[in-house]
Formats: sequence, structure tokens, C-alpha cells
Amino acid sequence: MRCEKGAKIVYCGGMRSNDVLRVVVMVAVVAAVTLVCFGQGVTATPKADEAKPTRPNAGQTMVFVGGRVIPIAGPELADGVLIVRDGKIVAVGKTGEIAVPDGAVVVDVAGKTIMAGLVDTHSHVGGVASADRSSPMQPECRIMDSINPKDSGFRRVLAGGITTMNIMPGSGHLLSGQTLYAKPRRPGGKAPERVDDLFIVDKQGEPMWGVKMANGTNSLGDPPFSGTRAKSAAIVRERFIKAREYKAKLDDAKLPDGTMDPAKAPTRDLALETLVEILEGKRIVHHHTHRADDILTVLRLREEFGFRVVLHHTSEAWKIPDAIAKAGVSCSIILVDSPGGKLEAAELNWKTGGILERAGVRVSMHTDDWITDSRLFLRSAALAVRAGMTREGALKALTLVAAEQLDLADRVGSLEAGKDADFIILSGDPLSVYTHVLETWIEGVRVFDRSNADDRLFAVGGPGAGKDQAIYLCCAQDGFWFGGKQWGSGGTSGGGSAQGSNSSSGGGQ
Amino acid sequence: MKMRSNNVCSRWVARVSRVAQVARVVGTAAALMSLSISITSTNAQVAVKAKTLHTMDGAAIADGVVIVTDGKIVAIGPWATTKIPEGYRVLEAVVATPGLVDARATVGLSGLYNQRQDQDQLDRSGPIQPELRAIDAYNPMDALVAYLRSFGVTAVNAGQAPGELVSGQTALIKTVGDSVDASVVIPMTAVVATLGPNSTRAGGSPGTRAKQMAMLRQELLNVRGEMEKRSREEAEAAKKAKDASEAAPAEAKPADSQVAPASSTPTDAATVPPIASTPAASVPVATKAIEPATATPPDRDLRKEALGAVLRKQVPLIVTANRAQDISSALRLAKEFDITLILDGGAESYMLADQIKAAGVDVILHPSMQRASGESENLSFETASLLRKAGVRFAIQSGFEAYVPKTRVVLLEAAIAAANGLSFDEALASITIDAARILKADARIGSLAIGKDGDIALYDGDPFEYTTHCVGVVVDGVVVSEVVR
Repeated sequence: MRCEKGAKIVYCGGMRSNDVLRVVVMVAVVAAVTLVCFGQGVTATPKADEAKPTRPNAGQTMVFVGGRVIPIAGPELADGVLIVRDGKIVAVGKTGEIAVPDGAVVVDVAGKTIMAGLVDTHSHVGGVASADRSSPMQPECRIMDSINPKDSGFRRVLAGGITTMNIMPGSGHLLSGQTLYAKPRRPGGKAPERVDDLFIVDKQGEPMWGVKMANGTNSLGDPPFSGTRAKSAAIVRERFIKAREYKAKLDDAKLPDGTMDPAKAPTRDLALETLVEILEGKRIVHHHTHRADDILTVLRLREEFGFRVVLHHTSEAWKIPDAIAKAGVSCSIILVDSPGGKLEAAELNWKTGGILERAGVRVSMHTDDWITDSRLFLRSAALAVRAGMTREGALKALTLVAAEQLDLADRVGSLEAGKDADFIILSGDPLSVYTHVLETWIEGVRVFDRSNADDRLFAVGGPGAGKDQAIYLCCAQDGFWFGGKQWGSGGTSGGGSAQGSNSSSGGGQ
Repeated sequence: MKMRSNNVCSRWVARVSRVAQVARVVGTAAALMSLSISITSTNAQVAVKAKTLHTMDGAAIADGVVIVTDGKIVAIGPWATTKIPEGYRVLEAVVATPGLVDARATVGLSGLYNQRQDQDQLDRSGPIQPELRAIDAYNPMDALVAYLRSFGVTAVNAGQAPGELVSGQTALIKTVGDSVDASVVIPMTAVVATLGPNSTRAGGSPGTRAKQMAMLRQELLNVRGEMEKRSREEAEAAKKAKDASEAAPAEAKPADSQVAPASSTPTDAATVPPIASTPAASVPVATKAIEPATATPPDRDLRKEALGAVLRKQVPLIVTANRAQDISSALRLAKEFDITLILDGGAESYMLADQIKAAGVDVILHPSMQRASGESENLSFETASLLRKAGVRFAIQSGFEAYVPKTRVVLLEAAIAAANGLSFDEALASITIDAARILKADARIGSLAIGKDGDIALYDGDPFEYTTHCVGVVVDGVVVSEVVR
């Protein structure tokens, strides 16, 4: 039964999973295999990896039984059940305490761990290039207009168990543009044709996004960029004051029915419109900031303009946890293997997560891919635990807190009835180096399967996995010094060369 | 330790106790440490007890102890049968391993801050500069050296980074001390070269792979030609001297010369700090006495001396080659010139594992978590296990990082290999004994055995697990780190 390899089908009849008659099982397995194989459009002899259920049919229920379940929203269940239908989670609970509906496809995940899909608040996957070098604040630039949805990086994202991501422009600007909240879906089991397939849409059907800002050293430069930190803050303040004035004009032109009075309405200004949405609290600012004084500057500007902000990276947040807690602002931290690489990260420390947690700050994590590899996102949580964060806090940081920071906590970030069926199946404990992500599911559809050779290529690496895409390190666009020379613009060939890769500017900053 | 005065020892001990004080203040951190502290003298002698003692010299010892006296291991065995001498400081850990060996690093040269003034890993003024010594660039005070040490890394083969056709040399250095002279183990372990686009020059030379190989071959041919010419001249001079002495036995002896002829070691005693106190057995560079010079000693040429050492197989040529085609070129070069080749990087080495094995070449593999792009786009987490299956000896390196993270940590890199097909022992060997063997330093480091250096790393669990901590590090019998990392 090649179709059964991996997360095997044990039953697809109409009875409880623990109440299976052998005869029925035989029939049921054949039925399920037939269903699944043909559902995949496979004819005579299906390959093992094509035969596993990748999604239930419309209206059909899928039940995962026998494994450990980490719902994030509640305590871990040693023997749990996850029920999924129509892309949503129907129920999560302990085996025996939860009813399995009739006609469900039952998947046995004994010995494995099911956990909520990971949420990465800060990624640069997709060959992105947003703002150009013409000015330090470009809120009119949309990252969605630069994403290549076929970038092989999305395969690594799925191999790492990431089901929701915030795709961001870089930190070489005080404001480098609009981000995109995305799911790395694979329509029909293939890379998307259009970036629209990645969208997470709001109630009006519009794609959801935030705004990327940065302070510290990365956004410094020759005019018109700021040359000092004080100038950086001044440029931001001037621009937001202009946005306030623009907002006043818009408010003034607003008619009682919500439409605009054409006589009063100002000419549309894409940049100021975006800043107005920030002022209105509709958009969250995702703010690159490392040094303690830079973090405090963000808090100062936030107080002046009242915008909603998530502090990203925060290398030195461990020095000022109480100030951050008092401001009620949350952090998204990064854990890299060593400090340094630039002045503002010289005191980066793995203990930041635990210190912020103990101070009462909401903490998430991010890959900043390629800074850390999306395939190793779980590792970030483990390293935070190694340095003193609680296990519960670290796992929440990868999921629910991250979802909160994207205004998506009602939809993703935990295994709860009504939420999107985004989950991962792990070979072992999420914090162990020896654990692999076996499967990744988005909205009830399996989008990564380690037992599939093609998926495995991107999980492990090998010929073709890299597709020769340029590495994009978000924060390196202004180059770095070595050999007495300034090198690179956005790209470096990592450990392979000491001269960087001056030809691959990746992010194009 | 002959190389370390008592003064130095007491400085270290003072430092260790300061660290210990800080650790105690950080209550939770101190609680994680399982070290019993009982310093009895400034010349603290050390015993390390571990529930599992990975010696890398035979099977692991359960409930084992290793005893270090005056910097060297003097006893090793189970607690039950191995007596710890009176007055020794006893450290305890769940797991102890040999101090980790990083087979290819730029730590100490590519500093933490990544500013112009702390980046000394690559000189771009010329494509072939084998004379650039690691010891002249390595900064033992850089914070990243201590950072690596706190994970259990006790020796690094640090030096010039990839990025030029021949970018310089590497040296094996202990991760301790205030000067490289005090901590260097082997001042010249290799000459390093780079093939492929990472060492080409846009609009300049070498600009292509073929040109790289042509330049490298010509350079080696020139040096070899001079070496051969020199031997002929020496032979003729010797014959003449013999004839002359036979004709006139009372003649004066040949003129002395302090200048090394081209045929002598490039890391001669005059340029290598004597403080290195390297046992002759582990020095890859022959330290033969300078031959009586001829009447006209040649001008010294540092560049030719360094390549001469490669041609005489006194040191290996480490060639960074990530594409399979560049690996092939490196193998071709090694065969043509009969030199000792070590492949470095090796992103696509799994494609040629059998050929690498057949050539008897070692691989210093890229960090497991190196980014897959450019020349390394086809790298794999499983390369180490594929090399192992083919019987190729390899080490896993920290390599060079241009940005963030500024250095990688071999412990964390080997862990990823252990999770992707390597056994625990194989992964640990790649950052201990096999790294030491490849660097020809296994007489001193890389395993816990009687007579070897007392370099030991202590952990509170499986060293490769993400959530395990390194809780102590001993180098040459001195406790140099008690940070809980």
C-alpha cells in the first residue's frame, strides 16, 4: 500500500476512531486510498507522496489522531485530536473527549506532534525590492508589487513550518514601504501564478499589510537620507506632521455619508494616505530598531503621533525591559548565532526573550530570512529557552503573539475552533535539534510533505534547491567594510566569500 | 605549561573568579552550573567529572573523569577506578568532550563590529599573497573569540578568508590569552586559496576560472622551477666545495648565513615566536637545520617561501571550492603538483564524494547553516553524512561571515549535521578529533587522552541539543570559561 506511507490513513468510515471494526477498516482504507489517489488526478500507480491525503473534499472532515497536540491556546495534549473542515479548525481536544464526525478522513499521527503553524513577523523572502534610493521615506511603495511568488524561498518557508508571514522591505530607509501579510499557499500543489494567491484579506476583501520603518544605522546615508539619529527623527516627525495636516483636509472633506466632497478633497497622495492610515491606527508600524536609545526614540515618536508599533530585532531591549513594558509595546526579536556584524547589534543577546517576558512584554520572533533561515525558525524559540525564556512563552512567540502583532490573532496562531486550519506535524519536540517538520498545512491543505522528494529537496538542500536566487540580507544594503573597502549592496554570498557578492543586490536597496 | 608563566596563570585564575562572581549574581544562570569550586592554589590542577565523558579516543566513558596536571592530561577513566589527587579543583558536568576545534575560521581577523578597522581577513591588493600570515592579523582580544570559547571551542584554525586566488595563511590558535604569541599552537597550518567567482575581479585578473587556474599553475611552476634550480646550484656548490676541500683540506669552512635559502622552512624559527612551544611531532613544517649556504645566498622572497612550503608538502593548500567544477579543478591541481590538498567549503562536494575519497583529500566543510546562494546554492544539510558514507574525512567549520551573524559556532553547525544523517559521534568528531587530524594537530588536541593538552568542554546535556548549555571550558588545564551559554 504505497499510498499509506507517512501519515497513514487508518480509517475513513463513519465511526469513532477508537471504535474500528477490522472489516470496515479494510474497506475504508481502500476507499480512502482510491479517493485520495484519484482526487490527486493520479491514474494507475500513484507515487507514495501523491497518495497521501493533501486535503479533504469540500464539506469533508479530516481528523488527526494519536499524536501530541500543542494548541498554543491551551495546555499541551499528550494524546490529542485535531478536526479540520473547509479550511477551518472544527475542534481540538483530548482523545476520547471529543467526538469524531461521521465520514471523516482519519489520519494517524501517533508518535508525532501537531502544533499551530508558525507565524513569522519579519521575512524578506520573495526576491523583494521596495523603496529606491530617491528618498528616506517612501510609504507609497507596496512590497506586493515586487514579490516573486515563485521564488524558491517560499519552499523553504514551508519546510520550516511557517504558515503566515509578514513580507517586508528592508531597513535602509526610515520608512521603506508597505509590507504584506501573506500565506505561502500552493494552489493546486504548485507555486502561485500571482502574488494575489498569497494575500490574507480583510473583511472588505483587501489584502492586509503593515508599514516598515527603521532607525539606527541602517537607514543613515548621504542626503536626502539622514546623516545622524537626530536628523532621522526630525525627518520622520516632519513627515507625520504633514500627514496630520493631510488627514485634517480629508476629514474636512468627508461628507456625512462617508464619501468625499470633491470640492474640498485634496489630490490623492499615495504616500500621505499611507501615513494617515498609520495615524488612524489602521496600519501597524513594524519598526527595525536595535540599540536601547533607538528603541526609546521609537517610543517617543509613537507617543507623539499615537501610532501602533511593533519593535523589531531589539538587540538591546534587554537593557530597557521596563520602559518597553510601561509603554505597552510588543517586541519581535531575532536570535542569531553571534552578536555583532554591525555596531547596533554588538550587544545582541539570546537572553532578551526571557528578560522581556519576565518584564511583561509581549514577545514574538522572526526569521528576517535570510538573516536566519526560515527552515530553522523553530530553533529561534529553542535558543530563547536556552537563554531563559519559558517554553510556553517561546512557542507563543512563534505563533500567537506574532499573530497578534499582525492583527491576525482571531484567525491564526493557535489551534482553536474557528481559526484557519494552519498547522504543522513534527517528528518530535518542537525545541529539539533532532526534530524535523514533516508536514505543513495551510487552510486545511497540505503544502509541504517531507516524504515527498520535491518538498524534501527544499527542506534539506541539494541540486536545484537554491535556484541561484540572490541572498537578501535586509540590513546590509549600505554595505559593510572588509579588506579596507566597502562592499555589497544588499547581497553577500554568506560564508563562501569574504568579498561579498557585489553583483547580487537582491533587495535592491 | 612551559609556555605560560605563573603570573599569567594567576591572571587567569583571577579572571575566572571574577566571572564566577558575576555568574553568581545572575542567580538563574548560576543555578544552571554544576561546578563545584575549590581553588587551592594559583596553579590550579583540574579534574573534570562527567556522567558521560566523550573522549573521542575510543568509546565514551560512563561516570568518567579526566585529570589534568600542568596543562596535560595525566589520567582518564571511570570515577570508580581513577583517583583524583588531593587539592585538585573538580569540575562536574553531565557531558564532557574534548575542547572543540574549529578547522577554518576568520574569528580574530573579522572582528565583532564589522567596521573597517576590525576587518583584517582579506587584503584585496593582489590576487596571490600567500605570505600574509594569520598571526599578524589575529586579535585574541576580539569579543567573538571569547564568545566561541564560551561554547566550548578551544582551538581555531584562523586566518585569511576566501576571496582572493591565494589570500594568505592560517594558524592554529587556542582561544585564550592576551597575545597570539602565547596562544598559537601551529603558526602556519596552511596556505589558503579560492577558486570560482568569489575570487575573480570584475574587469581585472583573474576574471575567469581558466585564468585562475593558469595563474595558480604558473605561480607554482615558477616556484618549483626556482627550487629545482636552487637544488642544482647547491649540488654543484657542494661538489665544488668537496673538490676544493679535497684539493686543499685546510680551507676555511663555508660561509655562515642566517638567511634561509629558498629550500628552508617558510616558518623558520626567526619568525615564529619561540613561546609557541610546539612539540616537533605536531609541527607540519619541517624544522630541519639550515643547510650551510652557498657562497651567494638568494634574496628571500616571502611569497615564494610560502608556496615552496606547499610544494614541499610541508603545509597543505586549503582550496575553497564550492561548485563541483571548482572542486574538480582543485583535485587536478593537487595531482599535477603533488601537493597536499584540503578542500574548503565544498558545497557540492557530495556530488564528487567518491573522487574526493579516491584522491585521499580531506574536506573542511562549510557551516551547515550557511545560506544557500550563489556558488553555494546547492549546499545541503546532508552533505556531511554523504561524505561520511563515501568515507571522506571532514571537519565542519565556522567559516567567514560578512554580516550577521558575524561568526558561526561549530558546535551549533555540527548539531545541524547530527540532525541530518550524521551520528552523534561522527558529528562530534568533525569538530574535535577529525578537525585536529586534518590540521595535523592531533598529537596535542582533538581528543581526551593521556599526554594531550587539557582542553575540555563541559555541558549540562547533549551538547548538540538547542537547549543544552555549555557550562565550563578548560584550556591547558586552566578553567577559562564558566559562562552558562
